[in-house]
Amino acid sequence: MLITCPYCGPRDVIEFTYQGDGNRERPDPASQNFEAWNAYVYDRLNPAGDHNEIWQHSGGCRAHLRVVRNTLTHEISSVAFVRGDHGSAARRKAEDKP
Amino acid sequence: MMAEYSAFSLLANALKGNKDWKPAWRKPDPKASYDVIIIGGGGHGLATAYYLAKEHGITNVAVLEKGWLGSGNVGRNTTAVRSNYLLPANTRFYEHSMKMWEGLSHELNYNVMFSQRGCLNLAHTPAQFDDYARRGNAMRHLGVDAELMTPAQIKRLIPALDFSSDARFPVVGGLMQRRAGTARHDAVAWGYARGADRRGVDIIENCEVTGFLRDGDRVTGVTTSRGDIRAKKVAVAVAGSTGRVMRLAGIETMPIESHVLQAFVTESLKPFIDTVVTFGMGHFYMSQSDKGGLVYGGDIDGYNSYAQRGNLPIVDEVMSEMLALFPGLARVRMLRSWGGVCDMSMDGSPIITTGPLPGMYLNCGWCYGGFKATPASGWTFAWTIAKDEPHDFNAPFTLDRFHRGLVIDDKGQGANPRLH
Amino acid sequence: MSPRRTDTGGRIDRLKTIRFTFDGVAYTGHAGDTLASALLAKGVTLFGRSFKYHRPRGLLTAGVEEPNALVTVLKGEVREPNIPATMVEIHDGLVAISQNRFPSLAWDVNAVNQLGGKILSAGFYYKTFMGPVIGPLKGTRFWMFCEHFIRRAAGLGSAGSAKDPARYERMNAFCDVLVVGSGPAGLMAAKAAADQGARVMLADLEPRFGGSTNWSGETIDGAPAAEWARRTVTQLQGRDNVRLLPRTTVWGYYDNNTLAALERVSDHKEQPAKGEPRHRYWAIRARSVVLATGAFERPLVFPGNDRPGVMLAHAAERYVNEFGVLSGERIALFTNNDSAYRAAVALKKAGAAIVAIADVRSELSAEMRKLATEAEAEVLAGHAVVATEGGKAVSGIKVQRFDMLTGALTGDERSIHADCLLMSGGWSPTIHLASQAGAKAEWNAARQAFLPPKPTQQWPTQQWIGAGAFTGSFSTAEAIAEGRAAGLAAAGGTSTPAALPTVEALPGDPDPAPVFEIRAKGKSFVDFQHDVTAEDVRLAHREGFVSVEHLKRYTTLGMATDQGKSSNVPGLAIMAEALSKPIPEVGTTRFRPPFAPVSIGSLAAERFGDLKPERLTPMHDWHLANGATMYSAGLWYRPMIYGLSGETIEQAYVREAKATRESAGIVDVSTLGKIAVQGPDAATFLDRVYTNMFSTLAVGKARYGLMLREDGFAFDDGTTWRLGEQDFLMTTTTANAGKVMQHLEYFLDVIWPELKVHVTSVTDEWAGAAIGGPKARQILAACVTDTAVDNATLPFMGIVRGEIAGVPVMICRLSFSGEMAFEVYSGAGHGTHVWEALIETGKPFGLVTYGLEALGTMRIEKGHVTGAEIDGRTTARDLHLDWMLSKKKPFIGSAMMDREGLIASDRLELVGLIALDNRPLNGGAHIVEALDEANPHGSIGHITACCYSPALGKHIALALVEGGKARHGTRAHVSDPLRNRFGPVEIVSNHFYDPEGTRMHG
Repeated sequence: MLITCPYCGPRDVIEFTYQGDGNRERPDPASQNFEAWNAYVYDRLNPAGDHNEIWQHSGGCRAHLRVVRNTLTHEISSVAFVRGDHGSAARRKAEDKP
Repeated sequence: MMAEYSAFSLLANALKGNKDWKPAWRKPDPKASYDVIIIGGGGHGLATAYYLAKEHGITNVAVLEKGWLGSGNVGRNTTAVRSNYLLPANTRFYEHSMKMWEGLSHELNYNVMFSQRGCLNLAHTPAQFDDYARRGNAMRHLGVDAELMTPAQIKRLIPALDFSSDARFPVVGGLMQRRAGTARHDAVAWGYARGADRRGVDIIENCEVTGFLRDGDRVTGVTTSRGDIRAKKVAVAVAGSTGRVMRLAGIETMPIESHVLQAFVTESLKPFIDTVVTFGMGHFYMSQSDKGGLVYGGDIDGYNSYAQRGNLPIVDEVMSEMLALFPGLARVRMLRSWGGVCDMSMDGSPIITTGPLPGMYLNCGWCYGGFKATPASGWTFAWTIAKDEPHDFNAPFTLDRFHRGLVIDDKGQGANPRLH
Repeated sequence: MSPRRTDTGGRIDRLKTIRFTFDGVAYTGHAGDTLASALLAKGVTLFGRSFKYHRPRGLLTAGVEEPNALVTVLKGEVREPNIPATMVEIHDGLVAISQNRFPSLAWDVNAVNQLGGKILSAGFYYKTFMGPVIGPLKGTRFWMFCEHFIRRAAGLGSAGSAKDPARYERMNAFCDVLVVGSGPAGLMAAKAAADQGARVMLADLEPRFGGSTNWSGETIDGAPAAEWARRTVTQLQGRDNVRLLPRTTVWGYYDNNTLAALERVSDHKEQPAKGEPRHRYWAIRARSVVLATGAFERPLVFPGNDRPGVMLAHAAERYVNEFGVLSGERIALFTNNDSAYRAAVALKKAGAAIVAIADVRSELSAEMRKLATEAEAEVLAGHAVVATEGGKAVSGIKVQRFDMLTGALTGDERSIHADCLLMSGGWSPTIHLASQAGAKAEWNAARQAFLPPKPTQQWPTQQWIGAGAFTGSFSTAEAIAEGRAAGLAAAGGTSTPAALPTVEALPGDPDPAPVFEIRAKGKSFVDFQHDVTAEDVRLAHREGFVSVEHLKRYTTLGMATDQGKSSNVPGLAIMAEALSKPIPEVGTTRFRPPFAPVSIGSLAAERFGDLKPERLTPMHDWHLANGATMYSAGLWYRPMIYGLSGETIEQAYVREAKATRESAGIVDVSTLGKIAVQGPDAATFLDRVYTNMFSTLAVGKARYGLMLREDGFAFDDGTTWRLGEQDFLMTTTTANAGKVMQHLEYFLDVIWPELKVHVTSVTDEWAGAAIGGPKARQILAACVTDTAVDNATLPFMGIVRGEIAGVPVMICRLSFSGEMAFEVYSGAGHGTHVWEALIETGKPFGLVTYGLEALGTMRIEKGHVTGAEIDGRTTARDLHLDWMLSKKKPFIGSAMMDREGLIASDRLELVGLIALDNRPLNGGAHIVEALDEANPHGSIGHITACCYSPALGKHIALALVEGGKARHGTRAHVSDPLRNRFGPVEIVSNHFYDPEGTRMHG
């Protein structure tokens, strides 16, 4: 399996570490909504088909990537920096603050 | 009535040119309704059907199998049977299974070839040896056999292990469970199928469940590729496909990820090792089949997959670990590899429970330890279905234990399924 | 001795004689011979014994699909079992032996198994060997007794335990077009792609490229086909953009066009050249793949079809045309298709008599009749072979009139004298790689074969183009056309090519008659190696094992070393007939890697003998030179003790620990994980990562921190030093360094991308030495310059920078041993220099070096936790670290740490134990309230670490015990049935020694 790291280019899966389901939303740190915490820690979508998941290019640039990969065929339809999507948006938001 | 299997029946049939053997199980069409439907014609589903009929007198049962019977993990595993767990809930459950294995061939009148040739966990550092001692003592305090072995004893048992001075990870000892061993995996599925069929259970192959019939929340049956079938109780035993089947019931998330595990076999060899052996400084296990092939495997590939096929990194890793233990095998050849899809749960332990919907019963989350559990899994699941409550043996294996923090985490890896 | 060498022809060099032995007998052959061809030329027809019945077997094939002729190749003590003789190239000094026979190949006692034939039918072992239900052989014992003998009778060759001295290597390769198979289709594809400028790799499992051109006897562009192939290969060889891989089996087709191949680099040589590996494992990433893997000929199933001397027709053609070996003098053929006629002509030309061609078809084309005439063969149209005669070699055959439509045999049997019978049951395309790539094969009724599917049905991550016999196009002319088209397409070329090479070939219809089995009296073999007969297939049907996978698993059809390359389709056909269903409805097997068996050495490659890296601290050599006994901890090596001569391990660590508490000791702590945490938000980040506060930590101070996992369980601990406002140095446990790093990176990248923090692993950049004891400060004062180390300058948990022996160091006053102690960090390159300076300075003060054992002893005395206690299942509360759980802020794990399972009263808690019988305790021993040595039960916990405590003069331990804290002051027992150690203990606080910490604060 090859994952095309946006920084390093196409690399063998051996260079990457799987970090699982990318759909999970971490609750607000101070949240006492235990259902949300439990869902975040323990519950997985685990679809048979396209799966939004996080991989770290641990044997390369060490960036975390958001990968959409089909769990039936292993076909990868998109790869992007995690920071590149909500990451940079969140940072911009933080920077906007006075 | 089908004939009993015995040396005598073999001889008698041989004299008649083997013309009179009957199918091991019937191939009925599904009826419109049953008392219990079991989704999944693998080892666990078939064992559940067998014990429902035998222990609880519930014979109006159908087992629905999407493909051919036993096409899932019961026919894809590396056949090890053991009860050498650390945590009491696991040890008790797997020891119950072990005891059932010890009588299974007679129970089923089918030789499942359970061979108690032992399972040896190799330790490579004193700290690891102490860890194994903790586990072995935990077993002994629950009445399960375990013993520690010295390097000299291990060398006598497995002379082909690398005991040279330049071994990267020298063997400093091991934990042996003598009653552990291997069994003929397919025979387990076939034996349970034949046993269940003889008690009136309908085993229906090529029957894919496409949805659940509901009355409000309650599950009242299934829709299948061979028509709708109603049932008072619907049991799910589809490890590897749990996510897919539960989604049909509207349950979107589960404490499970599906991962592919590869297994390997070499060409047939004359007897090379007698026991199941595991490597302590990586993830590698091996035994030798009666046919002579070395059967072995290692870690899961490590990403969600339903593909029943793996990739090369794990192949290379497993072979490297194999040669670290057995440097004489470099010229032996890997004959076949295959992949199975495992339900990797969030604590590495299974789920056998009522629910999560009314009328539904769930058996899943076996990671890659499901084969050895087959008898106890079927037995406790049948109990749970028949009595609508778990037996003591499976009471800890609930679905809500994760949220409640009552995890059964033998490896201590936390909510990271790829590490269990 | 009927087979013999011809005078001319073939790839062998008759001028070069090669000497080798088989079963101890010396033979000669020629360069270019395989073991099979060389032995066949010497009249050897018996090569092996079958798996179950130990029947004598000869060569069935000439190639990789050989099921019968398996040998073990010996290189001194090192054994290579189960190698087809057809794949062994002979070289001087080759030693091969036959297998699965006792005492000899010719006389095998296990051949007695044949007498039990009907009893030993498919699946017989499922029905018996269960033994009595009571008595000494109840349970699994009877089976295990029988199994003992079954295992010895089963198996083929033997593996050795001597370490293989050979080297294996792995290559990663990238190309535009990988062409698998070098027959006419593969050669054309490679050439066409190379002409387009594509980077091409061409692999073939045979030593010589050309595939069927080596033996077809055809003509291409006016030259013998083999010569045409040679010319084409020469052209390819000269090009920079082409890599040729002979002796290379492409065995695996993985995701994203990653293909795995095995190159047998030096097996065919007496000695590998300098630096040459035995095998090379290629991982090839190909932009596109051309599969030109040809087809396998199928045997026919009839009684006696396994007798040595019965061979596939094309195999005999290969032996004569490629190796110059005639497989017999009086040869008969039995076929359901036209391809066998070509073999008859070739063998006739080479000097054999073709005694008969039995063809199941009653209607034969004029062209075939003409070929038969050319071969001077009697044609028996509408006939079938119903038996073979002879002992360990064919001496004759019996034929009978056969009706293809009904399968009926009529008329009298006729005996024909023959010393070799060639059979052809049609051809099966070699679709294994396509099948691995996810393609589902399609049955083609005309070809009576499974063909690869259309490209539209391929998996998205594997894209290949097929050509030649692989696609069911069996003629050379078609192969050439398809090969070029495939090569062009694979290279993305569009140019209209010049004229194709012209082929002169014998005529022949590619479609066989749909006949697979002749049902007559006697054993008819489907799977030769595993002794699966047609009757076994029918028995499987009778018992309901009718799906293709059940058939395989119940009868073991196709599970042998050849993986059913020749037996799968005949087996399916017989099952289909029993079911009265068309063949495709029985199903097809999905082929799995590898295509052919692969040496395990090649897969381990460079990691064979070198599984994992060794991590050494900067002071490693010093430790070795100064008497340290090293301990392997994960990948690291650390000193366990620095033993004096005659000392036991316990004496050594007791001395080291005692000296440390009395004067001073020094230990190498370089293995601790070290992570630089830097940036404007570093303090905020650490507040979220650790359970306690770090933003309040003053610059120049350190603090002990605890991390939890998201699920609320304890994860790791260590001290973190604030070197600057935005600059922290985090230390982690040795074992968790990598995990913690990944954990931090995940949160920074995925969860809190808004935090401006950078983390860098600096474990290997720093050397660390911990020096502790009442005299530690004096020693430091004596060698540290540029800073004072007094209590005011360097208070507890303070950090200073200074110099030791001219090298900058960073010193933090913190203590694991419980003594007044300091960690001295220097650049890794200066580690030994600083270490030696400290030791030199310390000598007059009585400074000792101590190892892991003394370190462990002192930490147990102090009751500090390590990985044995933070084992992934314990909580902060279990370890009495709840004082570290800040209530002022959320942190990783804070939301989940109070769930019911994590605060239950019966959880295991950390305690101390003192052995009341004054005997050593064991790690991993359990704790019970009431001792029962005979029947241990009622465990309430276990020992995580233990030692003899020189400070207390007692054997003590740390333990995790149910409701531990409440048991302080009570008695319990250690129960260690594994090591037969039982005895009373007192449960105490885990802080055995100096619980107030006066020594380290002092």
